[in-house]
Amino acid sequence: MSEFAIRIEGLENRFGDHAVHQDLNLDVRRGEIIGVVGGSGTGKSVLMRSIIGLQTPSHGRIEVLGHEIGTPRGEGEADIRSRWGVLFQGGALFSTLTVAENVEVPLKEFYPDMDPELRHEIARYKVSLTGLPDSAAAKYPSELSGGMRKRAGLARALALDPELLFLDEPTAGLDPIGAAAFDNLTRELHETLGLTVFLITHDLDTLHEICDRVAVLADKRVIAVGTIPELMASDHPWIHEYFGGPRGRSALMSREGEAAKEHGLDSPNPAKA
Amino acid sequence: MAPDCEFLLATDADGRSTLALSGVLTIASVGPLDHALRREKPQFSHLDITGLGEVDTAGAWLVWRLARDAGAQVTGASEKAERLISAVKCCSGDAPIAPPRAPPLVRFVETVGLVMIGLWRGSGSILAFLGALVSALGMVIRHPSRIRWTALVRQTELVGVDALAIVGLMSFLVGVVIAQQGAVQLQQFGAEIYTVNLTGRISLRELGVLMTAIMVAGRSGSAFAAQIGTMKLTEEIDAMRTIGVSPMEALVLPRVMAAVLMMPLLGLYSALIAILGGATISAFTLGIPFFNFLARIQEVVPLIDLWVGLIKGPVFGLIVAMTGCYQGMQVKGSSEEVGLRTTQAVVQAIFAVIVIDAFFAVFFSEVGWM
Repeated sequence: MSEFAIRIEGLENRFGDHAVHQDLNLDVRRGEIIGVVGGSGTGKSVLMRSIIGLQTPSHGRIEVLGHEIGTPRGEGEADIRSRWGVLFQGGALFSTLTVAENVEVPLKEFYPDMDPELRHEIARYKVSLTGLPDSAAAKYPSELSGGMRKRAGLARALALDPELLFLDEPTAGLDPIGAAAFDNLTRELHETLGLTVFLITHDLDTLHEICDRVAVLADKRVIAVGTIPELMASDHPWIHEYFGGPRGRSALMSREGEAAKEHGLDSPNPAKA
Repeated sequence: MAPDCEFLLATDADGRSTLALSGVLTIASVGPLDHALRREKPQFSHLDITGLGEVDTAGAWLVWRLARDAGAQVTGASEKAERLISAVKCCSGDAPIAPPRAPPLVRFVETVGLVMIGLWRGSGSILAFLGALVSALGMVIRHPSRIRWTALVRQTELVGVDALAIVGLMSFLVGVVIAQQGAVQLQQFGAEIYTVNLTGRISLRELGVLMTAIMVAGRSGSAFAAQIGTMKLTEEIDAMRTIGVSPMEALVLPRVMAAVLMMPLLGLYSALIAILGGATISAFTLGIPFFNFLARIQEVVPLIDLWVGLIKGPVFGLIVAMTGCYQGMQVKGSSEEVGLRTTQAVVQAIFAVIVIDAFFAVFFSEVGWM
């Protein structure tokens, strides 16, 4: 098994005359949580759509879990789509099905011979694994709040016990408490299930909290990949402004405050901790 | 082929029965194992999973459930298996996965009841909508400067001018069919000259305006419902209200006025084109020259038929536009609702138009406008 879960080489995406990506390279290691950041319109979602095969790139090569996207499945190879889970921005739950039935859709698709009783059981524990109450299983998406819908979407993404999880702005539109809870959940699942997580986000707190590495998308390619301290040392103006701006600083400060508390030290600035 | 998981039931000297699992226990292999175990229903007091290679949460769940149901002890769990089992056992696991459904008979009665309540409330709210429309109309009559001329002209174009081609084509063909079919029947009595009366009177009195109303319901009524419904979903209507713009005045009134103004014109246009269609087919198949047909129309069609058509036009326009706008304003919740309401707008508008047309037919006969 290769060391990398995702390898992207020389990716180019064009819409008419407009190139979104040009010569984009990115390697995602197995078992890490990688955050992808970039200004609006830099093609973060297009990048994710290219990786999961919803968007055919104009040029370049994408390899996910050892399988090259866009090529037919090899002999004896499991369908690559059963080895990843995707959480779309709005949850993208099927509105005519209940939460549990949503989770069962991929199970039915890939393992049609499974006993219905076992399928229901799996759906139920996936729902509670994502922190939803048991009663949520029988609810329709329209009866759930935004945060619960994201959790339900996550339960569906985890239905097949994927090795790789794609999250598109998982904390967007959640209140800070809900967002922090979702971050914890992602972290816990990552640790328990040994997932590789590809996370698109604008949330600086999420980046500081849970990401092992961060990839920065700008100028049509990935301009830097690294831990946040490594990125902050960079002198690229956009990166500098992103992490060094007022929001970036306060996210960093709250992180440092927490770290200090964990070590039994006084917070450097109690007012802001 | 999916990797397999095998099980072995053994009883040792102390009479202790152990179910040993070996192989790969993941989502791909839990199905067959579960099937086999459900068939055999083994009794055991210990569950040995030392032989398991790869395990995921589905496998961990199955192990835990087997142990729970048999009251058995799990032995030989690897560190990862233990972690996964403790992660999945938190859920009790008998919550229903779909909301409970009542028996069919109860559901039937319930649905009928809900439809009746919906009809009752719906007629109330459509009356309220009509009232709001009238009051908005009163407002713009008292303050003519508040009429949205741009919107009105735009809607007039969409409802009227843009429909000319399709309404024309439809009417021409309807005229052809009436004249041709009518002629076939009338020929049996040697009365094919009455084809002119038939085509002229039925087009002006009934079919021109009725077919046009159906076409406008499909073209514009549906568009009104979908546009206003989408604006409702994206909170544009709420934004208007908070700014102090009345959606009644800004959205509904221009559409209704455009439809009321355009329907009689489109109906008349439709009737005229239908007569042209009838004249054309008569020239080819009945040997009535084209211009003779038109001249004869003037003699045999009373002016009253024109008025009947023109009176019905605005009423049909009002019904179609109001149903469209009303259904659009009722949209709430999800985008699914927009499609539902749009369908309802078209169906209800066509239904209402045909019912009102029947009333008109009886009414005009009774008052002697034959």
